[in-house]
Amino acid sequence: MAFAAFASTAAPPTDAPPRRRSPVALLLLLPGILYLVLFFLAPLVALILTSLQAPSEFGDIGMYSYAFRWENYVEVIGQYWPHILRSFGYALIATVLALLFSYPLAYFIGVTARRWPLLQSLMLVLVIAPFFISFLLRTLAWKQLLSDESFLVTSLKAVSLLAPDAHLTGTAFSVIFGLTYNFIPFMTLPLYTTLERLDLRYLEAGNDLYASGFHTFRTVTIPLSMPGIVAGTLLTFIPAAGDYINASRDFLGGADTQMIGNVIEANFLVLLNYPAAASLSIILMTVILVIVGVYVKRSGTEELL
Amino acid sequence: MPSGAFADRGADLELVGIQKRFPGFTAIEHLDLVIPAGSFFALLGPSGCGKTTTLRLVAGLEDPTGGRILIGGTDVTAQKAYQRPVNTVFQSYALFPHMTVLENVAFGLRRRQITDALGKAHEALRLVELDHLAARKPVQLSGGQQQRVALARAIVNRPALLLLDEPLGALDLKLRRQMQLELKTIQEEVGLTFLHVTHDQEEAMTMADTIAVMNKGRIEQLGAPEQLYELPRTAFVANFLGQSNLFTGPVVGETSTSIAVDIAGRSIVVPKTRSHRHAGDVTIGVRPEKLTLHRDKPVHDSGHNVMGPGRVTDVSFTGVSTQYLVSVPGVGVLIVFEQNRSFGPVEGEGDEVWVTWNVEHGFGLDDDPVAPDPRFVADTSTKSIAAQRRAALVTELEEA
Repeated sequence: MAFAAFASTAAPPTDAPPRRRSPVALLLLLPGILYLVLFFLAPLVALILTSLQAPSEFGDIGMYSYAFRWENYVEVIGQYWPHILRSFGYALIATVLALLFSYPLAYFIGVTARRWPLLQSLMLVLVIAPFFISFLLRTLAWKQLLSDESFLVTSLKAVSLLAPDAHLTGTAFSVIFGLTYNFIPFMTLPLYTTLERLDLRYLEAGNDLYASGFHTFRTVTIPLSMPGIVAGTLLTFIPAAGDYINASRDFLGGADTQMIGNVIEANFLVLLNYPAAASLSIILMTVILVIVGVYVKRSGTEELL
Repeated sequence: MPSGAFADRGADLELVGIQKRFPGFTAIEHLDLVIPAGSFFALLGPSGCGKTTTLRLVAGLEDPTGGRILIGGTDVTAQKAYQRPVNTVFQSYALFPHMTVLENVAFGLRRRQITDALGKAHEALRLVELDHLAARKPVQLSGGQQQRVALARAIVNRPALLLLDEPLGALDLKLRRQMQLELKTIQEEVGLTFLHVTHDQEEAMTMADTIAVMNKGRIEQLGAPEQLYELPRTAFVANFLGQSNLFTGPVVGETSTSIAVDIAGRSIVVPKTRSHRHAGDVTIGVRPEKLTLHRDKPVHDSGHNVMGPGRVTDVSFTGVSTQYLVSVPGVGVLIVFEQNRSFGPVEGEGDEVWVTWNVEHGFGLDDDPVAPDPRFVADTSTKSIAAQRRAALVTELEEA
């Protein structure tokens, strides 16, 4: 898994205490291992097998039998590649936007507000507050706020910032907006935890060594907050790429904004094309794993953690 | 500082009427100070005396409430920290943990676009004998090595003024001695102006050419180490820089060269040139190592002051010398350092001794004589208690 990259820091000192192989440790691990095998490994195997199924010869719609039909993958990529690209594109834009919004916010809470602990706690509560209301309800609320009859849209049209026949809901804008909005807390909290520990003496040292505020930020603050940036972007990007609520037609999306999650949902629940849905899931998982692996390696955060 | 160029020599530092207030307290009341180019200047004082604040003001990490800061004749008060030709060796070292030792040292050079930054960084690392660790990260170094990297990171920029904030605080004694020597050598080699902040009087005395002793946001006394030690101006300096035996009494006699002070019925002579006050109540003192112990009552001699008889109450053997505490009735406890010229302590606890010192070794302070230690005053009248209570309240109100 990607997080294994974080684990391999400096080699342990040579005088480390000898390792004891205790049966108790294995025994304590057993429930966890069983749980993973039962609820992670077995479904994964089932998913892979499903993704290779072929339609039953004389079966009804939704009847499939086990096979090794690799063509499933070729077919879904051929059919749904715009959705796959769109998913990662939307997720990427939403992650960048969330980072741009969250960094100043986290910096303010974690660094500027250090002198006022009460303000700090209050702002943290405000960041977490949306979690007290269901994700679905909040997204539906945004659908109301962005709808054609809403105050926002009518005002924008009144000042001609929006064309008279334009909409906000059902566009790429509202889907990316929804993704950004929903994942901002997941970006802000890890950023806050690293920035809250940022030693301001490093910034003073940067200033002392002829680096202006901006240069110190670029060469000292950003690299030192890299663990938070990596954690926050992963926590945003991975779920956002697979999200199917925001892009759904019932929420903020439209016909042209369908993401891979919506396609998987439709194939599983509407079209009953289980092999296509399963192979899309496997593709989504693999692409995310590759992207995350490269990202963690490239950002060089292993040493900071 | 103009980019692409080194300061070719150290610069004068001038503080004019500096004042610094923080919400709730005043760190520096009023500070005027001139540090000539090329000198090694130490600000010495207990924690909370305003010395680190002074340093941070010079570095530009704090803004003064009032006053001006001039470096090499240029007013830098309005300049930001990164614009000043000043570098600091921080008490915590503050080495960037995400950069290698080499990148840390080259940081300032790169910011100023100096050519061959890496070559110069290697050179600075060779100066502190750490070039072989250039590729390591700061966390992989020991405290002493980190300290030397911090030093290299500052001096590689050849600042006109180098600020040292208790840089040796975290080192053990042996390493500290070694670094003191190294710092002094580097200062002489590169000819920079050093401003060193420390609470360690020994460190200040071994390294600096000029020491300013700070107390409660003001400079108590400024001068060469020998001068401060041999002729302290205030009781604070006399006790912060080494130890002193201090006595207070009225001046009872005067010749053309000396004054005689009455201390518990004994006449103690101090040269006029070594005393700041020549009349009224004065506080006089003498360093413990200038005292000599005698078993028998010494014969009177105009060149020496005699105190005694007293009783030895404590003997501690410290190797090169022995420290005696001698209780003299009516005067108090005197500290005496005797060189161990023979083997071990000469006197024992409980011995009756006389203490003498050369008249030339005494000094008279400029302070208002402090009230005698209340331990020795058995004044329990209502009036006196009321007066003391009132004085305590007044000081309390002033502090609040």
